[in-house]
Amino acid sequence: MSFDDISVLLLWTAIAIYTLGFLAFTVDLARRSELAIKAQDAKARTLVAAGGGGQTIDEIHAEEAAAKVALEAAPSKRGRYLFARLGVVLTTIGFLFHVGADVTRGIAAGRVPWSNNYEFALTGTMLVVMVFLTVLVKYDLRFLGAFINGLIVILLGGAALAYYVEVVPLSDPLKSVWLVIHVFVASLASAFFALAFALSIVQLLQSRRERVALAAVGSDAAPRTRLPFLRTLPSAEVLESLAYRFAIIGFVLWTFTLIAGAIWANDAWGRYWGFDTKEVWTFVIWVVYAGYIHARATRGWRGTRSAWLSIVGFTAVLFNFTIVNQFFQGLHSYSGLPS
Amino acid sequence: MVSRPSSDRSGATAVDGPLRPSDHLDKTGERGAADDGSPTQPVLGIVGWLRWGWRQLTSMRTALVLLLLLAIAAIPGSLVPQRSADPNGVTQWRATNPDLYPTFETLQLFDVYSSVWFSAIYILLFISLIGCVLPRTKHHWKALRARPPRTPARLSRLDDHVESRVAVPEGEDAAGHAAHAVDLAEAQLRSARYRVERYDRNGVASVSAERGYLRETGNLIFHGALVGVLLSVGIGGGFTYTGQTVITEGDGFVNSLGLGYTSFNPGRFVDTEALTPYSITLDRFDVTYAPPPSGQAGDFAAHVTTRFPGQKAEDQVIEVNHPITMAGDRVYLMGNGYAPTITVRNGAGDVVFSESVPFLPQSPTMTSSGVVKIPDTGGEQLGLVGFFYPTVATLQSGALTSAYGDLVDPRLTFFVYEGDLGIDNGDARSVYALDTDGMTEIAGRNADTPSLELSPGQTVQLPGGRGSVTFEDETKNGAAESVKRYVSLSIHNDSSAPWVLAFAILAMVGLFTALFVPRRRMWVKATPDGDAVTLEYAGLARGEDPAIAIAVADLARRHGRVLDDEPASAPAVPANVN
Repeated sequence: MSFDDISVLLLWTAIAIYTLGFLAFTVDLARRSELAIKAQDAKARTLVAAGGGGQTIDEIHAEEAAAKVALEAAPSKRGRYLFARLGVVLTTIGFLFHVGADVTRGIAAGRVPWSNNYEFALTGTMLVVMVFLTVLVKYDLRFLGAFINGLIVILLGGAALAYYVEVVPLSDPLKSVWLVIHVFVASLASAFFALAFALSIVQLLQSRRERVALAAVGSDAAPRTRLPFLRTLPSAEVLESLAYRFAIIGFVLWTFTLIAGAIWANDAWGRYWGFDTKEVWTFVIWVVYAGYIHARATRGWRGTRSAWLSIVGFTAVLFNFTIVNQFFQGLHSYSGLPS
Repeated sequence: MVSRPSSDRSGATAVDGPLRPSDHLDKTGERGAADDGSPTQPVLGIVGWLRWGWRQLTSMRTALVLLLLLAIAAIPGSLVPQRSADPNGVTQWRATNPDLYPTFETLQLFDVYSSVWFSAIYILLFISLIGCVLPRTKHHWKALRARPPRTPARLSRLDDHVESRVAVPEGEDAAGHAAHAVDLAEAQLRSARYRVERYDRNGVASVSAERGYLRETGNLIFHGALVGVLLSVGIGGGFTYTGQTVITEGDGFVNSLGLGYTSFNPGRFVDTEALTPYSITLDRFDVTYAPPPSGQAGDFAAHVTTRFPGQKAEDQVIEVNHPITMAGDRVYLMGNGYAPTITVRNGAGDVVFSESVPFLPQSPTMTSSGVVKIPDTGGEQLGLVGFFYPTVATLQSGALTSAYGDLVDPRLTFFVYEGDLGIDNGDARSVYALDTDGMTEIAGRNADTPSLELSPGQTVQLPGGRGSVTFEDETKNGAAESVKRYVSLSIHNDSSAPWVLAFAILAMVGLFTALFVPRRRMWVKATPDGDAVTLEYAGLARGEDPAIAIAVADLARRHGRVLDDEPASAPAVPANVN
């Protein structure tokens, strides 16, 4: 059995464990929903006489404050959601297998395991999970677990099925120390963008729920909430500020990616910038996130609009990685896939 | 949003922080004219309109819209082939879409990044940027010399606010203890690299502190450096030149216009007469091929001898990712191929052509095509359209192909044409293409004689006693391989590149500080209150500052501890300050 065979085996094991992690986190969200609904029902029963199903402003503020405290609580002081903890354990085990798959692929290839689309996906998703697990130490983002695990299973499974290629020697332009630096930092930046993307989506859901809840203040009918677990999550504003923090780390790393790529291009192709398709998309992504950062500081653009920019930005990252690598003509044709 | 937007923090007091465009979140008080359609505007004169337009252009919203437009405008260049990056792609596109081509051409879609519309967007963006950055720089310059502002009267109105009461120790008056407490706070803030200013009044002691000026400095450096990048690229382009050349093994190149280059693109200010006339000779080109089926080529290395006029020759190796530098020029290895040596004799047996002809690779297995033009044969002009297969194989259709990139079983085939080559009238013609319009095929698919097929060392006769074609075996001349190889080199001189890099790095450093250095104000106020002193700690974030609440709590806790350790006001203080 070659190292590459071992790598593939470890990879599918990791995918299986991530799938279990996804299920655990999903059950966790369902249970949170249940708790939220029960709380609402209990309140509705006691308040029937008082006449009012909607929350009061104070209740909403209390709920938000509690969610914010929970978000920043130290790991030992967090809510002891059984399934969320199970999800974290499964994600961690999945991650260890994932690292194993990545390392054995590198050993099989005798170089860094990020030089074709299959390996970009392998390493990139590994970094997403790494960043997620690291951030969990500081913030209780377990509510993102289902989303992150789901995303990883799709990307990793998709890559294993559609992008897998045997180990082949590097083409000459890739034989450079910049392969190690430029591609790794690009993947790391993408990992931070992925987390910001996840938070921005939850932010949009949350801000819609908040609008409904606010509209229902003082009214008789309890607001209809499609995803009741959102009530246990931080407010849209807190989510936005978290997303922003990840996005700016991603942005600085992406800026470095651009510069490092230009230095490499100057050595390999004789010019530091030539509007090659991949360069164009890297630039587009950079500009979108620059726009996002500006939007956060522009009156009328903070909140939902800027969240959309973060979503557009990460969509462009995925597009750049899949469609551009595979189908666009250019110098960066390193997908390793037959064209 | 349900809870109070964090921007309200800055709104709590009117602050003279970084100068922001009027629609910046942190800008409070008067709503600027950039808020469209403000009915309170007086009737505008020309100056008024100009000012209004300028404000519009330098507003955050305009910058944001221009940024997003720039992102969108860049996309077509990745979908449509660009002349700058892929000229052949444009030719192909034209051939496949002849109807759409004129429209696309009018819209400058093949030159997106130098098009009027793309340039308009980025030029406006940079004007907007400069219009924003210049006044901000002036303002920041002043702020850097200013003292932290007066302590607000009611600190409790700030979001991040902590209050505590301490008893006045025996034998001290409350005012003295308050001053002592603030002395300690002042020292503490100063050692945390805050700029501090005391505001003691009517027995109430307070210290006002500010830190993180570097945030705005970084912000300004970042934007300024982007202007630097743009200027370097723009101005540097005038001094840049790039040239291409092809060198066959054993041949050389001289860095001089008209001598060495197959193409040369100088910037506006390049003195093409002043090129340093160094020479490069290709001694040997190395390449390795992975075994089939991948057959991937790699480890390209051009072994060259370089020489400056009047100096000793030097052996160098040019590889991918490792260009060599000659008199400020960087010399890159861009491509390689085979250059079969072909000798043509006319009917009388005289040699009318004998050269190594570079063939352009058409596939990863190095099936290559090339053209031989012979104007002076003593009779009709001759044109040969050839294919070269380093490892010949036959497809099921009977056509030849190359199965492998290396020289295992080389084969050369030719279609032969007779007639007018079309080169006599002085028009520029590609050496890689033959215009067969005025010519007759005498050997090939549409002629009585089939196409010529040769192995190294072989000679075949042309039909009708027109002469013969020989595919020379170079091993006979002492070469290691039967067919010579050639390299295509690209020679670049871009003296602006180091500037671009320097500005880019500066931009990144600026970005880092602008995003991660928190700018905040802190206040500590001690108010005597009978036999106790009320201590207030408050913080105000200036821009994104997720840790401000923690910072205020931290300050209060550490100050409380120091105060416990040094309750007496008397001598301890002066020794501790500064």
